[in-house]
Amino acid sequence: MTSAPAAYGRVLDLVTRVRGVRGAMLVAGDDGLVVAEQLMEGIKGPAVAALAASLASRLRRAMEAAGVGAGQFWHLQAEQGALLVVPAPSGVVVVAVAEPDVNVGLVRLELLRAAEAVG
Amino acid sequence: MTTRAIEPWIFEPLVKFVKEAGARLVLLMTSAGQVLAQHGFSRAVDVMSAAALGAAIMASTDEIARQLRQPPFAALNHQGERHGIFLAAVATGRGRLVALVVYDLDVSSLGLVQLFFEQLAVDLQAASPKDSVPKQVLAADFERELSDSLNTLFGR
Repeated sequence: MTSAPAAYGRVLDLVTRVRGVRGAMLVAGDDGLVVAEQLMEGIKGPAVAALAASLASRLRRAMEAAGVGAGQFWHLQAEQGALLVVPAPSGVVVVAVAEPDVNVGLVRLELLRAAEAVG
Repeated sequence: MTTRAIEPWIFEPLVKFVKEAGARLVLLMTSAGQVLAQHGFSRAVDVMSAAALGAAIMASTDEIARQLRQPPFAALNHQGERHGIFLAAVATGRGRLVALVVYDLDVSSLGLVQLFFEQLAVDLQAASPKDSVPKQVLAADFERELSDSLNTLFGR
């Protein structure tokens, strides 16, 4: 498990090095606060963190209610970009903000690796 | 859940904040604990207690900041098992107001409350009358003023 802030930076590097990713964050799932971030200018980190964590919490409850188990990966596609989220077992949520034409499979792979690294 | 405001300019920003942040209880008051608006409280005695306690906590943290030679703390959060309490000051044209927000952890989060509180501060600043400060309540008028405020806050 990765715990030092510098190591969090390395974890985020895994995600942001993918072409088309505009930023990545580790977010505390319970309170929606930013743990670590690497974002391009113009992305409102605290707002994305709070809303993504809230969404993650509601989706988790919806999936539990539907009896399909815990969510592993969420991809929200918008006109001008995408939000990709992987919840880590520790409660941290790994979030990527990407261009609309990003390689989703590659980002998903790196998000899963990042989630594994943060525990 | 009802939202009521003694001063009408507070009502709309407060309703928006409650809806977006998913707050359970909100008090907006002066630094002295004079309540200007409330959401979610059903008993006057609870409003009076919460206002007194909130104002006292703000006064304590302001004093700690003063002793540390720091500007006043921006906000204070206290998280329990099921609820969180967020206490922060906001500058308005009517002077410095204090907001006390109680939120359920399964409905909202500190991040959401912080996020929408920033917007509440902007909205209150824009909506507040610029030409006056809150009327100081004299000791002789205190009981009548308190009674009038509570009647307004609970729609009596």
